[in-house]
Amino acid sequence: MDKSPLSVTLSGVTLQNPVVPASGCFGFGYGMAEFYDIDILGSISFKGTTRDARFGNPLPRVAECSAGLINSVGLQNPGIDAVIAEELPKMREVFHQPIIANISGFSIDEYVECCSKIDGEDQVAIIELNVSCPNVHGGGMSFGTCCESVSEVVKEVKRVITKPLYVKLTPNVTDIVAIGRSAVEAGADGLCLINTMLGMRIDLKRRQPVIANRMGGFSGPAVFPVAVRMVNQVAHACGVPVIGCGGVSTAADVIEMMMAGATAVEVGAANLINPYACKEIVEGLPAEMHRLGIDNLTDIIGIV
Amino acid sequence: MLTTNINNDFKVISNRRLTHKTWVMTLGGDTRAITAPGQFVNVAIPGKYLRRPISICDYSHERGELVLLYDVVGEGTEAMSLMAPGTTVNLLTGLGNGFSTDPSHDHPLLLGGGIGCAPLLNLARRLRTMGKSPVAVLGYNTAADSFGMERWFEEIGVEAFIATVDGSLGTKGFVTDVIREKGLPGDYFHACGPMPMLRALCTGLDIPGEVSIESRMGCGFGACVCCSVETANGAKRICKDGPVFRKEELIWK
Repeated sequence: MDKSPLSVTLSGVTLQNPVVPASGCFGFGYGMAEFYDIDILGSISFKGTTRDARFGNPLPRVAECSAGLINSVGLQNPGIDAVIAEELPKMREVFHQPIIANISGFSIDEYVECCSKIDGEDQVAIIELNVSCPNVHGGGMSFGTCCESVSEVVKEVKRVITKPLYVKLTPNVTDIVAIGRSAVEAGADGLCLINTMLGMRIDLKRRQPVIANRMGGFSGPAVFPVAVRMVNQVAHACGVPVIGCGGVSTAADVIEMMMAGATAVEVGAANLINPYACKEIVEGLPAEMHRLGIDNLTDIIGIV
Repeated sequence: MLTTNINNDFKVISNRRLTHKTWVMTLGGDTRAITAPGQFVNVAIPGKYLRRPISICDYSHERGELVLLYDVVGEGTEAMSLMAPGTTVNLLTGLGNGFSTDPSHDHPLLLGGGIGCAPLLNLARRLRTMGKSPVAVLGYNTAADSFGMERWFEEIGVEAFIATVDGSLGTKGFVTDVIREKGLPGDYFHACGPMPMLRALCTGLDIPGEVSIESRMGCGFGACVCCSVETANGAKRICKDGPVFRKEELIWK
């Protein structure tokens, strides 16, 4: 059988196309299946999941920005056991492609427990480790901002899982390449970047932060050039497949991200202003490839 | 799966100022995704990233029209007020659950506060077609905030009373003062307005009811959970599981 010109492979996991809704922007997929047949997507990175159920942060959790938004949801999720018992069965009814499981934690033990549980789920093909959470045993510093803590969490998680492990890197660091290298040396099979950039908006009339939690993660088209630059640096330095993420809104953005070095591409904020964003990107890819003289998407990965 | 696309371009038919802060916009386009009074649209604003959620005041599938009442409170709604007739506006339509229209209640009270009066108009229209006898009570801070909505209710055969906090129009006080003063019979209430008003109604009125609440929203269709509220039945998304909640679902701390 001829390979589809859109298909890509991440650590042995073949996706029918590189378009993946990013964690936190698509729930567990079934809500979005009200709008279109989500089986056209390459994969879905599901809502960041922790050991225990979390309500998350107080409102407001969202703020308008030029060409983007700041969110501080605070990892609202029903907890790993409810995700496996209730969310994944609903997701499986409407989505039959490989699933990327986004796992968060506030301690090494929590990451290990969640990853070990989700690893046993058949349709979960890749585990994506969100290392942007504060380490409650490490003075509250985010796991992903220090080579040692990234290395430690990756090593411990790798001991208990069989599926490929992708580490989702935070851009809020001085040298993202160094963090990426640490993750890979510790056993990460791939990397995903970038998570949101820390940002803040102030309500001038109230003289207060717009977001109840003061600051939050900035995303949207405004961060796209930063993401392309970081993907380019990390993909060429780290020698593992990269999932590019950050401000992707169009089929042309997907191609730019892939030329920078991404094998697959996550779409986040764009879903929030247009529920059909990923559908339009998937459907727009063939025409964009034709326009740019691209026969197979795999031909352009990291050519820049 | 929905058979109708919720993302549609509309054309501004009219857009005019009613008071020092309240505007009314009529738009023409595909309204078919709207299924209940009390739903909302999410309006794309040129130059702004996030959409602005605005409740649907009234709509007609036959005419392919919808009416939005909005207060100019920030840059997004300011931009809306500058949209001239003929302007194309992209909307996500038919968002949220909307008000219930339970056939067992014959005398619903429609209680609005300020711009929260808006979604009660189409609800009144729906209840009238069901043969119900709704009564509306519209509360404002002062006479200058009133946008003459009582006449719109009267046009569809629904009596509307007014309360103002300063007594400059109608009954002095709150909507609850009107209910007491006029001895309005009600077997259910539907309310939309500021949170202190909704709190007073949910904790003070001894008839069953439901309220429509608002919040800053990310998407408006349940994807981002930026507008979650803790309820008696766990975390709910105001945009998707609401904006209308039964009074006993909400937790008033």
